Amino acid sequence: MSDDRDHPTSSQETETRKDVSDDHLPGERRSGELAVLDDPFADPGLPPHEHRRQDIDERAAKRSERTVALLFTVSMLATIGFIVAYVAIPIDRIVYIWPIGHISGLNFALGTTLGTALFCIGAGAIHWARTLMSDEERSEERHAVAAAPEVKAQVLEEFRKGAEESGIGRRKLVRNTMLGAMALVPLSGVVLLRDLGPLPEDKLRKTAWREGSVIVNENTGEPLRPEDITVGSLTQAMPEELDHHDHDFHAEIAKAAVMLVRLEPEDIKDPRSAEWGHEGILCFSKICTHIGCPATLYEQQTHHALCPCHQSTFDLSDGARVLFGPAGHPLPQLRITVNDDGYLTALGDFEEPPGPSFWERG
Amino acid sequence: MFVVLLIALAATGGLYAAFAPAEEAQADNRAQSLAIDEGEALYRVGCSSCHGRSGEGGSDGPSLVGVGPAAVHFQVGTGRMPMQNPGAQAPAKPRAYTQAEIDQLAAYIGSLGPGPAVPEASAYDPADGDAARGGELFRTNCAQCHNFTGQGGALTHGKYAPGLDDVEPIFIYEAMLTGPQNMPSFPDTVLPEQEKRDIIAWLNAVNTSESPSPGGFSLGGFGPVSEGLFAWTFGIGALVALTVWIGARSAKARKS
Repeated sequence: MSDDRDHPTSSQETETRKDVSDDHLPGERRSGELAVLDDPFADPGLPPHEHRRQDIDERAAKRSERTVALLFTVSMLATIGFIVAYVAIPIDRIVYIWPIGHISGLNFALGTTLGTALFCIGAGAIHWARTLMSDEERSEERHAVAAAPEVKAQVLEEFRKGAEESGIGRRKLVRNTMLGAMALVPLSGVVLLRDLGPLPEDKLRKTAWREGSVIVNENTGEPLRPEDITVGSLTQAMPEELDHHDHDFHAEIAKAAVMLVRLEPEDIKDPRSAEWGHEGILCFSKICTHIGCPATLYEQQTHHALCPCHQSTFDLSDGARVLFGPAGHPLPQLRITVNDDGYLTALGDFEEPPGPSFWERG
Repeated sequence: MFVVLLIALAATGGLYAAFAPAEEAQADNRAQSLAIDEGEALYRVGCSSCHGRSGEGGSDGPSLVGVGPAAVHFQVGTGRMPMQNPGAQAPAKPRAYTQAEIDQLAAYIGSLGPGPAVPEASAYDPADGDAARGGELFRTNCAQCHNFTGQGGALTHGKYAPGLDDVEPIFIYEAMLTGPQNMPSFPDTVLPEQEKRDIIAWLNAVNTSESPSPGGFSLGGFGPVSEGLFAWTFGIGALVALTVWIGARSAKARKS
């Protein structure tokens, strides 16, 4: 790279030390006088073209051609393999493949063959472009972007003539009604926003719990007696009125899901919470008041319930007070009692809306 | 009246003595009390420093009155007890006692107060469980802490729910029954024996080292975090490598 372009001032030979490469040294040193270039910002142009082996050696080119063809052939074979695998391997065949483990043979075969087929097409194309297609550098001048002045003038003239012929400036009634029509059309879109859903009304405040709703175990579907719930246990429960087959089951359980825990009565710090429970059995909404995940990671020794989504932590021994995390409200507690048959029942709906906060929640 | 009662009592006692399988019962009782004595000796040495001289608990360990033999079998059988050092949670480790010693300890703790007994083999046989129903129950009752694929997860202050890969069925059953450490318990009144068996069948089907994973790499079963990390590191890394290859200067013929 030590040609004249890099060292335009090295016109005269001066004493040079032969054991040091002069690539990065100024060609000569004069008595403090700087050489001034004709044009320091001159376009250096493209470096001289260097040939690839394939450009000058026909055997190398042939080798590249064979490599590209091999990649394309492998791709064809892989596609055939894909079809064969799809037909031949049963969908439930489990195979052991190190180091992945016991996996579905069909998935593995389909993925491998299709991956190979696609990769080989891409790799072949790139190898082809890099070794065989022309790699001569070319430069072309860019055309000016602006149109010629006479074209500009002609377009403007036609536009002016069109506006005049339409009479938009003269016929003000037409113009104004047109603008009015165009201004009103978007209103139809605004009205359609109403279709985003029915108004929530008070649905966020009411759940399926009523006075006398029997609390049933979500696992067994059976009503619960106080003696079923031991200290340290955790029970997922729902109101008896809900049926898994109802069309609105999921909308209702999303508000009504509760968990039952039993604490030693002396461990309950909040007297109101203790009163709302039954002999230490407390029934809390399990819908996190942050954004509604089920907050049922219950630590039975600390009485903390965590939400798995954002680690909101509620102290179930203190009225589900928020100890940590983004939740804004304690988990609502359901007031419970025991009915004449000895089953746990609700004394009414939640006092406050369960689940995430909303604007009008108060 | 008193006399009648006395005669009735005497008659009942006499009849019982006459008909009861006396020798067998005595032998059983003797073996049982021997196990309790042996267990108490083991307890004094290995457990009493934290749980108190007679299982009443203390500042370093909870009371063991009423936890039952099942809790002992779980805690000592999985090596969680005796604890190596105080901490947020006792991790599972190689067990320190033989099975016979664990049975003796369990007999002693069982004698302190009534609690769940070590389950019969039929209670936790995964072959009798419905794995599909078990998966549903697992997601309702267990997944919040143990992760939806049973890989475990973090709790507060260094506590954690352990992963459930390759746990012996009896220990899963006992954990549900007794609620070890901070895990809530799921007594039979909340989760009947058949449903516990369903959960065990589910874990046995999907969470052993032999269980198939049709999709291949499960990447820890943590969901989008590990999958996203893998995609960003390896997927985008591979794309960058390919791009570098496409844009690299192709080999030039050597000047000669």
